[in-house]
Amino acid sequence: MFGLHYRLEKHGMALVLGIILVASIGGLVEIAPLFTIDETVEDAPDMRLYTPLELAGRNIYIREGCYACHSQMIRTLRDEVERYGPYSLAVESKYDHPMQWGSKRTGPDLARIGGKYSDEWQVAHLIDPRAVVPQSIMPSYRFLVTTALRTDDLGLHLKALSRVGVPYTDEMVVNATADAIAQAGTDGSDGLTSRYGTATQARPFDGNPGQVTEMDALVAYLQILGRLTDAAHANRQPPEE
Amino acid sequence: MIAQLTRAEREFALLVLTLLASCGLVMAAGANDDLFALHGGLVLAFAVGLGFLVLSGLHTPEPGDSRLAEYYDDPSRAGIVLTMGWAVFGLAVGDWVAWMLAYPGLTFDAAWASFGRIRPMHTTGVIFGFGGNALIATSFHVVQRTCRTRLAGQFSPWFVLLGYNLFCLLAVSGYPLGVTQSKEYAEPEWYVDLWLCVVWVTYLVLYIRTLARRREPHIYVANWYYLAFIIVVAMLHIVNNIAMPVAWNHSRAYSAFAGVQDAMTQWWYGHNAVAFFLTAGFLGMMYYYLPVRAGRPIFSYRMSIISFWGITFLYMWAGSHHLHYTALPHWVQTLGMTFSLILLVPSWGSAANALLTLNGAWDRVRDDATLRFMMVAALFYGLTTFEGSFMAIRAVNSLSHYTDWTVGHVHAGALGWVALISFGALYSLTPALWGRARMHSSWAVEAHFWLALAGTLIYVFSMWNSGVIQGLMWRTYDAGGTLAYSFIDTVVAMHPYYVARAIGGALFLVGAAIGAWNVWMTIRGPLAATQRAGDDRPLTVLAGE
Repeated sequence: MFGLHYRLEKHGMALVLGIILVASIGGLVEIAPLFTIDETVEDAPDMRLYTPLELAGRNIYIREGCYACHSQMIRTLRDEVERYGPYSLAVESKYDHPMQWGSKRTGPDLARIGGKYSDEWQVAHLIDPRAVVPQSIMPSYRFLVTTALRTDDLGLHLKALSRVGVPYTDEMVVNATADAIAQAGTDGSDGLTSRYGTATQARPFDGNPGQVTEMDALVAYLQILGRLTDAAHANRQPPEE
Repeated sequence: MIAQLTRAEREFALLVLTLLASCGLVMAAGANDDLFALHGGLVLAFAVGLGFLVLSGLHTPEPGDSRLAEYYDDPSRAGIVLTMGWAVFGLAVGDWVAWMLAYPGLTFDAAWASFGRIRPMHTTGVIFGFGGNALIATSFHVVQRTCRTRLAGQFSPWFVLLGYNLFCLLAVSGYPLGVTQSKEYAEPEWYVDLWLCVVWVTYLVLYIRTLARRREPHIYVANWYYLAFIIVVAMLHIVNNIAMPVAWNHSRAYSAFAGVQDAMTQWWYGHNAVAFFLTAGFLGMMYYYLPVRAGRPIFSYRMSIISFWGITFLYMWAGSHHLHYTALPHWVQTLGMTFSLILLVPSWGSAANALLTLNGAWDRVRDDATLRFMMVAALFYGLTTFEGSFMAIRAVNSLSHYTDWTVGHVHAGALGWVALISFGALYSLTPALWGRARMHSSWAVEAHFWLALAGTLIYVFSMWNSGVIQGLMWRTYDAGGTLAYSFIDTVVAMHPYYVARAIGGALFLVGAAIGAWNVWMTIRGPLAATQRAGDDRPLTVLAGE
């Protein structure tokens, strides 16, 4: 073995190929099957898509780097299930490009935050976290209320996502901007609910119907977290520990 | 910088810079969103600035062929200065965010200064800015000495070094503005990733070509590690960052992977960024500078072979230990845990190989703070890899995951191992490259050592405490069978440890600032009375070729 190596280290390209070969095996065995084994992601026929407004909110979540302090992955542990709700299933993030499971909980998990608090609470908390939770160490995001949301490029966003496998239809792409504006307004829109389902929540999330702000988008996203499908609630398997 | 290039090479540099400037101009002029335009402007300014530098030296005398009889150290020299600059910047930002967690008012209510935007500035600044520049600068130096040949390019080393720094600059300037794909340790957006691809492939080609020119029959072990670092980082970077841009002129892109597949790809990348950026590369550094400084040969050649292939093979399986108890299939979690445990063998093999090399030179470890930096680094490498294997066990991970224990573990490795081995290598390299007898102040090296060690220990101990306490509080039940603590209770309990951590970080930062000053004063100091040994030259010329 050492004799072989004695010869190998005299040949640069052999060393290069050896490294590529040896380093590839782990990834090929662990990652490639995740795309082919059907049980990896559960079936959830009721799984719905992010609306353009929720997607814009998700992009704000990504832009602000919320993953640095908040996870979106409830583990199969008893205390986590009791604190946050049913443990997360793979299907719940199947449209998340990229996923935001996170790795650190400086703040609590957000996988099931949707519907737990009112819009007013979310807005007040984002404007000044310490006004709502005095001991909080979260930064203030007050600028979201005054920043108008960019909606004119949402069609491009949906189109890009459809190219990586999210089933947005051409109709959804064409109406993306209008749907985002409708969802943050007071009159609602038949088109929006026909495209994204009757459960779609449409209201001025930031309390101000006059303008579609980044606050509208972020709160719309937070309110849908954990509510894209009921699969996790229907899952009867108890947590591991 | 320009003096070593011929007229033709200077013109080629201008051509490349013109192309780069055109890219910047197109980005700025055709942008769909403001951030993309801003980054276009930055690229343009960078290229124009360097262009002026090249133009100003275009007509200076050309170097003769005698340059080929010398090692090409200018890129390493520039790399050392950049390394120290990024170190101070990255550590300062890190300490700022550390204080921010104790006193949230330190964002000053500015949108760009929130923890989520500043934290990647710290991680990118220290990992890629400080660590990456240290690796590039030392790899250029080591590959030439151990192959007894000059770098296989005159322009390309500059392209690699400065192109890489443009990558760091684009990444770090993007986060506070909101350009990020929020993939941990792979935050830069698609166009920045593409640029790094170009730079990195050039680096690989340069390295392989230099190895091919070697005048030694064998490729020295340090080069195996540098080579693995360059190759595997390319693999990881390319696969993890495959994405679909919203438009060619838009800063946002959507990752090709989603959900569970994305999580596995991300942590395959994330853990092996630790393995091949923060471990393999720095092991290469250790395998050269530690034996040279100690004046002892490496303890065991065979141990280094086993460790090298062990690390290259096993690490790639370990990423899934970041996803215990998640929606990742159980079999992948188990594989990740198993391989993480086996990984301890080659890890300790390397650490032991380093420490045993010091046998017979322990008196130097006592007297020479530079060698002591490297000794303590090897020690921390051993401790951190043990801790890592331990934390990869599912039951332990159920407590440690999502807490500050992970943060403490990373910093034991990043401060104790990566930063200390880098400082040790730089304190060896700086006087040698500039022809100085020694560092400007040996007292300052000593002070830096103790500040760095104290800072690391305070940091790691406070994070162990906060991590274990928070993990336990999350799972504590009261007599009635309900959870005893609300989440905010556990946040309040962290405060004293966050203050202590920030103090530890501040000590480490002060040490690095002293180091930067010392490096600068050494560069500005007088030449050594006796010049470097006459055999510090490529062998090509000595053999009369």
